[in-house]
Amino acid sequence: MATEPLKGSPHLVPAPLIGPGYDYATVTDKISSIVLTQKTPRSWIFGFAVAFFLLMVLMFAIGRLFLLGVGIWGIEIPVGWGWAIVNFVWWVGIAHAGTLISAILLLMHQEWRTSINRFAEAMTLFAVSCAGMFPLLHLGRPWMFYWLFPYPNTMKVWPQFRSPLVWDVFAVSTYATVSLMFWYVGLIPDLATIRDRSKRRVSQKIYGILAMGWRGSAAHWKRYETAYLLLAGLATPLVVSVHSVVSFDFAVGIVPGWHSTIFPPYFVAGAIYSGFAMVLTISIPVRKVYGLEDFITQRHLDNMAKILLATGLIVGYGYVMETFMAFYSGSPYDKFMIMARMTGPYMKFYWALIFCNMVVPQFLWSTRVRSNITGLWVISILVNIGMWLERYVIVVGSLARDYMPTMWYRYSGTAWDVATYVGSIGLFLTLLFLFLRYLPMISIFELRQLVPPEKRPTAPGATRATVEG
Amino acid sequence: MSSINEKGSSRQGLDPASIRARLEKTRGREYWRSLDELAGTEQFLEFLRNEFPRQSGLLGEGLDRRQALKLMGASLALAGLAGCAHMPTEKILPYVRQPEEVVPGKPLFFATAMPLGGFGKGLLVESHLGRPTKIEGNPQHPASLGATDAFAQASILSLYDPDRSQTVSRLGNINTRIEFIGAVNEVRAEQQMTKGAGLRLLTETVTSPTLASQLQELLAEFPRAKWHQYEPVGRDNLKAGARLAFGEMVETLYRFDQADVILSLESDFLFAGAACVRYARDFTGRRRMEAAETRMNRLYVAESAPTVTGAMADHRLRMRSTEIEGLARALARFLGAASGPESPGPLSAAESKWINAVARDLQRHRGSCVVLAGEQQPPIVHALCHAMNEVLGNVGKTVVYTDPVEANSIDQMQSLQALVSDMKSGQVESLFILGGDPVFNAPVDVPFGEALGKIKLAVHLGLYEDQTSQLCHWHIPETHYLEAWSDVRAYDGTISIIQPLIAPLYAGQSAHEVLAALQGHSTRSGYEIVQDYWKNHGQKNAGLSSKSFKEFWEVALYNGFIDGTALNPRPVSVKKGLGSATSSEPSHITPTTIVQAAAPRSLEIVFRPDPTIWDGRFVNNGWLQELPKPMSKLTWENAVWISPATADRLGIHNEDVVGLRFGGHEVKAPAWIMPGHADDSVTVHFGYGSPLAGHIGTGTGFNAYPLRTSGHPWIGSGVEIQSTGEQSALAVTNIHHSMEGRDFVRVGTLEEYRKNPRFAQAMDPPPPPDSTLYPEIKDTGYAWGMAINLNSCIGCNACVVACQAENNIPVVGKDQVRRSREMQWIRIDHYFHGSANDPEIYHEPVMCMHCENAPCELVCPVGATNHSAEGLNQMIYNRCVGTRYCSNNCPYKVRRFNFYQFGDWETASLKLQRNPNVTVRSRGVMEKCSYCVQRINAAKIGAEEENRQVRDGEVVTACQAACPTEAIVFGDINDPNSHVSRLKAQTLNYGLLTDLTTHPRTTYLAKIRNPNPEMKES
Repeated sequence: MATEPLKGSPHLVPAPLIGPGYDYATVTDKISSIVLTQKTPRSWIFGFAVAFFLLMVLMFAIGRLFLLGVGIWGIEIPVGWGWAIVNFVWWVGIAHAGTLISAILLLMHQEWRTSINRFAEAMTLFAVSCAGMFPLLHLGRPWMFYWLFPYPNTMKVWPQFRSPLVWDVFAVSTYATVSLMFWYVGLIPDLATIRDRSKRRVSQKIYGILAMGWRGSAAHWKRYETAYLLLAGLATPLVVSVHSVVSFDFAVGIVPGWHSTIFPPYFVAGAIYSGFAMVLTISIPVRKVYGLEDFITQRHLDNMAKILLATGLIVGYGYVMETFMAFYSGSPYDKFMIMARMTGPYMKFYWALIFCNMVVPQFLWSTRVRSNITGLWVISILVNIGMWLERYVIVVGSLARDYMPTMWYRYSGTAWDVATYVGSIGLFLTLLFLFLRYLPMISIFELRQLVPPEKRPTAPGATRATVEG
Repeated sequence: MSSINEKGSSRQGLDPASIRARLEKTRGREYWRSLDELAGTEQFLEFLRNEFPRQSGLLGEGLDRRQALKLMGASLALAGLAGCAHMPTEKILPYVRQPEEVVPGKPLFFATAMPLGGFGKGLLVESHLGRPTKIEGNPQHPASLGATDAFAQASILSLYDPDRSQTVSRLGNINTRIEFIGAVNEVRAEQQMTKGAGLRLLTETVTSPTLASQLQELLAEFPRAKWHQYEPVGRDNLKAGARLAFGEMVETLYRFDQADVILSLESDFLFAGAACVRYARDFTGRRRMEAAETRMNRLYVAESAPTVTGAMADHRLRMRSTEIEGLARALARFLGAASGPESPGPLSAAESKWINAVARDLQRHRGSCVVLAGEQQPPIVHALCHAMNEVLGNVGKTVVYTDPVEANSIDQMQSLQALVSDMKSGQVESLFILGGDPVFNAPVDVPFGEALGKIKLAVHLGLYEDQTSQLCHWHIPETHYLEAWSDVRAYDGTISIIQPLIAPLYAGQSAHEVLAALQGHSTRSGYEIVQDYWKNHGQKNAGLSSKSFKEFWEVALYNGFIDGTALNPRPVSVKKGLGSATSSEPSHITPTTIVQAAAPRSLEIVFRPDPTIWDGRFVNNGWLQELPKPMSKLTWENAVWISPATADRLGIHNEDVVGLRFGGHEVKAPAWIMPGHADDSVTVHFGYGSPLAGHIGTGTGFNAYPLRTSGHPWIGSGVEIQSTGEQSALAVTNIHHSMEGRDFVRVGTLEEYRKNPRFAQAMDPPPPPDSTLYPEIKDTGYAWGMAINLNSCIGCNACVVACQAENNIPVVGKDQVRRSREMQWIRIDHYFHGSANDPEIYHEPVMCMHCENAPCELVCPVGATNHSAEGLNQMIYNRCVGTRYCSNNCPYKVRRFNFYQFGDWETASLKLQRNPNVTVRSRGVMEKCSYCVQRINAAKIGAEEENRQVRDGEVVTACQAACPTEAIVFGDINDPNSHVSRLKAQTLNYGLLTDLTTHPRTTYLAKIRNPNPEMKES
């Protein structure tokens, strides 16, 4: 898709996906050195410290939550779901880019994905971890969370399969499992590379175990390719299913502002939108700090910006259609809800979200903006904020103004809502920092395929990476 | 173990520590050998004998080695358990012959009565194995007819209040009753010399025949002693009005069941007063619109602040309290009930028109109308009402006069003033305060607390250690009415014996017992006192001497009242020339009449008792504190009410803290803008703000008593109000009072109803039954359903508290109410319709609708809420994990969530109150109205035992039972003849949000108003 240059564009030839002068060996050196030989950058230590502190904030907030109950949050009747569910949906959305990049773009032979897919997959996994935490925490009796799983028990009580929350359990846990497998399988050849290159006994052992005996034989590669493709095939429907199911949490409810058939596609687009925004938000500083501009090139950023623009337009269409349907449906409740959204107590959230998600991405039409890395980074952050606000408007704004006016009530999160949210970002970043430090953040073996043919070794059988690169 | 050293110290016993020390040194085989050795010693046998005296017989001469070893092993094992006391064996036995009535698990009901403001309301109290748990009305008692008000429902919680005073105390230190009796005997000895010249008694309003007789006896013994009465919500104006009209004090009873047109001049007769429950029933009985009636009564109300009664009015005139006298005079002149000068207060054209229309309507209904005034109004207004009723021919029909019900019907304000001046002048040596907290609630210009300091001995009997007890020498904990014997008269004079449901929880004494001590009979129990009175005097006094006493007593207790003790109507006639001149009025009432002569548009102040904590006596009752006040929906505190227009003029906003200055005193209080309030008038509710109000009550609300003077106890002119610039957050349960065009309360006029009986159903017709894809599920057995008649619901809150008591619903506190986390299963939705200045006010009780197609059920991931075969939407607390999805998906928002551990699992006394048939919920669990499933099941079990169907009316939900107006009807909707089915077949029947195809089992009967056609254009 995005690899074709626009007509009239000065770039008549697609920009390269890898910087000039790299061959197999230098690619491998460059990436594996981050894990094995480079001195841990100061910025990593600082970043990790901040992230770890936020993680401790999360632990404290959770400790207090378990001790006292969900009353420490701002939730109430009528707004029974607040920040926790907003955060859940937000994180699930962010978790979308990984699978999309890895699976769908792989199946569509979009080669440019290779330098960002590992990274995006890791991000997916960590975002799913954060997301999965929230539905559990928001339970009134979190120690009974396993009742949502269909497990055999003496009482012969099953979950209630008509509830979208049960579908959620399946959707999210399936997604987490498949993402983990996909990511791990993708890591195996690179883990073997690290194992073989590492000089220290401990890391040889650890990476050796993780590499599961990969020797890089042709048979290995053959099976590996098949398995990877199969997993990609398996993961593809999940991209659509997870967020569709998450959207059912709302669409199945009868709350005005929730009960809408547009939700599944609109949520999926929104998820991809926020996922790509998050990939941009993180990859821009990372490529700078680790000097990976040659691997995550301008063209990658440009492509991602274009996807951001495309999904942003879909999401914008969703907002417009929601408003249109509220009036077209003739339902006084829906009409009232949309007016309350636009003019009621949560109007500043609504207009902020419209600004972040509909207005801001329009700048991406311009090549100048797309090639301005700082600008791109700011836009990606605004989109992330906008997507959080979107969920807030949907979850809180709708519940606070539903059917019975006598039960309309103001809602605001408490310090503990904020602590849990910020803490979850801490968890995400902590995991991400550990990943950056201890695992190859870019797929070495896949990136070597991007090395121009003239730089590849000519020996037969070496078209594939060998273990010793 | 310690007993060894005590008992065996003379005989050089071996102490267990040294035995253990010796054993610890041994290992393996050696252990046994040394044990053997130990057993052989004389010291050890001595030790055993001391340790186990009961078994020492076994250690006699014939003890062989094997047996000795066995015993030794056992005793050593026990010896090792140092610190375990050996309990003596005290055998208990199960019932050999079980008491006839007591079946564990089945409650018993005892008839008693609750006194409030001196007057009683008959109750039946549910008792589980000796613990009273729930209050119901006594269906045969004239003041109850089976229903109760919110105060009676909540009084059970006061019984178990852990903050009640628990011991006799002297000068703040714990003391004994014996010491107290000693002090009382000293008083007796002293006062006998002066014939009681220095002895004073202060009670609240007394109707109790026994107490009255005790007081008479005491005053006979001490002729110079005086008995005073005071309580802040007195009936002084009413009494003075009767004296003014008739020259003597008579009690006025109204027969609203025979009245077609009612004019209330600020009387909140449906909500407050001794007869409110009865009056509410009688009043709504003529406007229920059941069985396709097309006639109903008409209510006119003129009042300043909206009340429960005002909200029911077909025509409510928003008017300053001080101007109502002018209205009464004009009306009386129009009706020919009074002569005299032109209206003293200028009436506007609209007001004059209103008066003329009302007067003509009253004249059209001669003999079937009622004119009545509220206690706030000055005596002349009461007197004019009497005159108007006489002119309108209502006396003997809708208005009945009897002798006073009070034992000594005096002007309480004067009584208190006299007492305080005696105290100040040093004439009072000993004062016995039997109930009440006069230091807190006496008018500010009657310095009761200050005067208390001049007294040698002040004794306070009260439920709580309050401000009065702080200043008294002795404080005696009072028994709750459910703990002690007494008697009380109802509004019509009917006497009830108050029988206790439980022995006093603490060292409480009743007023009877304290008085008996003062009479020198300190050993007499309340039971003896009350029974002796009835044996010796009461039966005769009440003209009931025909029966044997035992029979009389048992029947009285069984019925909950003494038949035939209602006072007989007596003829009285209004004095001539009423209203013509003020000279005929007693001097002490003139201050209130001067009020209206003051500058007409200066700001007036109106005092009212708080609608939930009353005069402050319920301030430590969590249920009443958290009960949303009927009009403002405020909880946990009071506020200054002002009208929207006045607030605008003064630049005051909701929750602004304002300074109120009246009569030289100032208080600070949050403001509350009350639609429907009269302009240029502020209403303050008193009762809050005591610094000594227990754990629940302390720190709630503001104290309005410092503004209340003896001259202006109810209304006054010339209050100053200004914003202080501060804000005070209020906890309100209902912020939004507009229906947003959603037809929750459907209202039509009588005329519309006659034209189109189905007007309510036409407003928002339910979708056709085939609008859902799912097949209709028909319950074949019982199908429980409810109908709520909005014509009779007055929004009095009794159901809310009844539900709370029945279903163990926790109290959450102001902070949580502000977070919208209140737990009451019933909420009374409150709507304003029309202009903000003068809206119509509607109530609608909303609880779980038990939808046949319930949106909550399908979204619960664990199936914790599901549908019974009888149509109940059930909560399975054990299964609930607390996702709150059900609440989000409930369009009626009737589900309540335990955000914290709201249920009190710790306080021991509160455990006694709980209904044993209802789970006390844990944190993190959703809950909601269950249609009182425990009552349904109890009825079903009863029916199954008798092999029959549950009869209609056999299952009565707690809300239904408490409802004074029978607005709530519950039953089997599969039975076409059940009351509920008949109501649901009415043309007025409609459901809430039926367009969502929820098929609610609870439906409503639309409200009909009966406006005067003459006043239509306005």
